[in-house]
Amino acid sequence: MDQIFFILQSVVGEAIAPATAGVAIAVIGLNIHFGYTGLLNIGQAGFMLLGAYGMAISITKGLPMVIAVLIGLLLALIFATILGAPTLKLRGDYLAIVTISAAEIIRYVGRLASLEGFTGGAQGIPGSQYSGPFRNLSFFGSGSWTLSPFNYETLGGSTAVRLLGLLVTIALITVTVLFVRRTKLAGVATRSPMADGLVITGLVVLSLLAVLFTFPQTLTRTGVDGWWVRGVAWTVVLICSLLVLLLVRSPWGRLLRGVREDEEAMRSLGKNVFAVKMQALIIGGMFGALGGMVYVLASTVQADALARQITFFAYTALLLGGAATIFGPVLGTVIFFGARILVREASRIYVPDSIIADNKTDVFSLMVVGVALMLLVVYRPQGILGDKRELRFHV
Amino acid sequence: MTARVAPCCGDFQAEGETHTLEPITRPSGTGRRTAAAALLVGLVALLLAPLTVLAPPAQAATLCIAQPGSTGCINGTVGNRTNPVEGADVTLLDENQVEIETQTTEADGKFAFQLDQAGTYYILVDPDSLPDGLEIRPPAKAFQGPDGSIKVDVKLGQSQAPALNVRDVDYDAGGAGFGEQLIQSIAQGLRLGLLLALASIGLSLIYGTTGLSNFAHAEQVTLGGMVGYGLCNVLGMNLWLGIVLTTLICGATGFFQDAVLWRPLRRRGLGLTQMMIVTIGLSLAAQYAFQFFVGASQKKVVVQNFDVVTIGPISLTGMSYVAMAISLVVIGVVGFVLLRTRVGQATRAVSDNPALAAASGIDVDRIVRGVWTIAAALAGLGGILYALVVSNGIRWDTGMQILLLLFAAVTLGGLGTAFGAFVGAIIIGLVVELAGPLGAPGDLKYAVALAILILLLLVRPQGLLGRAVRVG
Repeated sequence: MDQIFFILQSVVGEAIAPATAGVAIAVIGLNIHFGYTGLLNIGQAGFMLLGAYGMAISITKGLPMVIAVLIGLLLALIFATILGAPTLKLRGDYLAIVTISAAEIIRYVGRLASLEGFTGGAQGIPGSQYSGPFRNLSFFGSGSWTLSPFNYETLGGSTAVRLLGLLVTIALITVTVLFVRRTKLAGVATRSPMADGLVITGLVVLSLLAVLFTFPQTLTRTGVDGWWVRGVAWTVVLICSLLVLLLVRSPWGRLLRGVREDEEAMRSLGKNVFAVKMQALIIGGMFGALGGMVYVLASTVQADALARQITFFAYTALLLGGAATIFGPVLGTVIFFGARILVREASRIYVPDSIIADNKTDVFSLMVVGVALMLLVVYRPQGILGDKRELRFHV
Repeated sequence: MTARVAPCCGDFQAEGETHTLEPITRPSGTGRRTAAAALLVGLVALLLAPLTVLAPPAQAATLCIAQPGSTGCINGTVGNRTNPVEGADVTLLDENQVEIETQTTEADGKFAFQLDQAGTYYILVDPDSLPDGLEIRPPAKAFQGPDGSIKVDVKLGQSQAPALNVRDVDYDAGGAGFGEQLIQSIAQGLRLGLLLALASIGLSLIYGTTGLSNFAHAEQVTLGGMVGYGLCNVLGMNLWLGIVLTTLICGATGFFQDAVLWRPLRRRGLGLTQMMIVTIGLSLAAQYAFQFFVGASQKKVVVQNFDVVTIGPISLTGMSYVAMAISLVVIGVVGFVLLRTRVGQATRAVSDNPALAAASGIDVDRIVRGVWTIAAALAGLGGILYALVVSNGIRWDTGMQILLLLFAAVTLGGLGTAFGAFVGAIIIGLVVELAGPLGAPGDLKYAVALAILILLLLVRPQGLLGRAVRVG
């Protein structure tokens, strides 16, 4: 039992890590590309890398934090324009091939030894060189803190209490997911969206509290990898989700779905399909850049850390949570990163060394990711929250 | 501690606690000191000069270790660590070009000067002392001193390592050296191109007949190398038999892949986008399966190295010529089958219009099955040859590294056209190998190929041999 709690404890730790939040933001951007517009961008990691470099290099050269973030976003805008201009008038495959190639070019350039003064070459830029200004903004104070302060240990810390907490957590999460799916599938006409929103928010907060009651996390308040980074990262995730909610409910959002479902029809209605796709590519890419910045806040800007794999992870997370949904990307990313740790730790502890050696559990978990991606696409393309009817598109 | 002279990057590089010079020109105020100070330094240098000449020559090449606050060092190697130059006369000059000390390098090419005055010094290598046809590569502008000397700013307690790389005299004069280098690169480019062509023809055929961009195709290439490693290295099979068997085994994997995975998915009516994501998942799973079962290190297909055969200006391993010949023959056979046989005709018909082909009595599923088999076999053959002659072994991510080159080749030639893929692969191979001699930094040679792909899409999106199709 203790081992199971130990594994789940590290799963929760990974699920709320800043890197997870960073990927979640990038997945939100990918959702605009792939989920809503049907653009097959396989270079989201390139956008993330550009954003991270833009911010980190600007700060190391002495610019203020706000300007640095804007520069990162601007780079993503330029990058998306360059990629979109030749490819968005062609069939979807071309965008796929060009984005994955361009992301690789950025990675190669970032690794160049002759640019070591800017990008740090293959070693990258250590976090200590750029995260200072960010930590200086913190009003969280110093020392360490446990979230949540009210946890199973305040109730005596017995295994029974913790087990009860685990059961309540599972029940709450199940109820939340079922409720979100029901409101989503029932459509807007039958209920008041305001009340739904309130109920969903309440359920999500309750689930979070239950999770943190059972698996409390103790971290420094403002340290390199502490609560301040996490607080900001997840706040950004929330803001991005709400932004997307507003965007896709606007007339512009309907345009996106229109392009996804039938380009010709949109064209015959007099819409500029190319412009709409370009706007979607740019906005999604800027979310990607923002995600990249959050991703590196607690670590280093290193080109190989944001290679193709991250894009593939992002697709898996998106399809897991549900493409073309508001909260699917966040849910998918959290579950994806949590599940990866779960597979890794479980195979480390429960599978004998003769079958999977300890140093291979990470590789094994990545193998499982690949298989999971295939199975997801084939058997449940709508993921957890999605609607199957929304995903019949051909790029 | 040795000073390392990198062949490519920067002119000054040092290890350990030594200090790397910033490639910036010092403010002129610092450089132009008062005449008196300069005179003083000159006098001190003059006084010191006889002393250092008296020092025994054996001591000259021993490494100088800087003491904080009292001495500064200049340590370096003429040539580089793997190819040092023996017998080069290295002269240390002070700020006013007055000679302080001369050392002659030994077999390790090393020289070391110890100084107890901070300031600007110059290093000069006597061109006559270098072997015939070699010269010192000129440093960056900021480090250029008069008469071909190299400027070094010495600080007390630090060790400087000026780069004294040598190169052929006619390196950039367009003479034989550069020309030969070009021809050598073209040969390597053709080799890479032919091997890429083996893999990309299959990729293009799959795209043509099913419309699928197969991201897992590169893993078929890796698989070829891995199977070759298993057969020839682990089981000790004869190489030629191993190559044939590898091709057959890889073809079989293509056959079963289609039977187990792709045909059922086509039957299910899964969209192409979703299928493409399935190939991405397959690619991830396969890569990590290789790493899981074979390990993360480079595996050699055969233990021994192949002899280098030099033909005129080209020197490649003997196996390279064989591999190129094999590729050419196999590609020729595939081309013949596509153009001159009924099966080939049927394949091209399916490529053009599957529905029409089915209506005219062609068994589309069988053709697609055949295409998957051939594509996997060609990729496997390409993989084992690539591991033998280009990458000197196979690793779990070898295929992933060339995946983008494959896509670039296929797109460059025109998606779905087999001959376009061949032309595209040769061009990409040449571009990658020629990028280095024509001035692209080593790490960027793959990026150049991808950049060309993006540029081409701007002007001719259908590829070189593709037909323009109106989309939207």
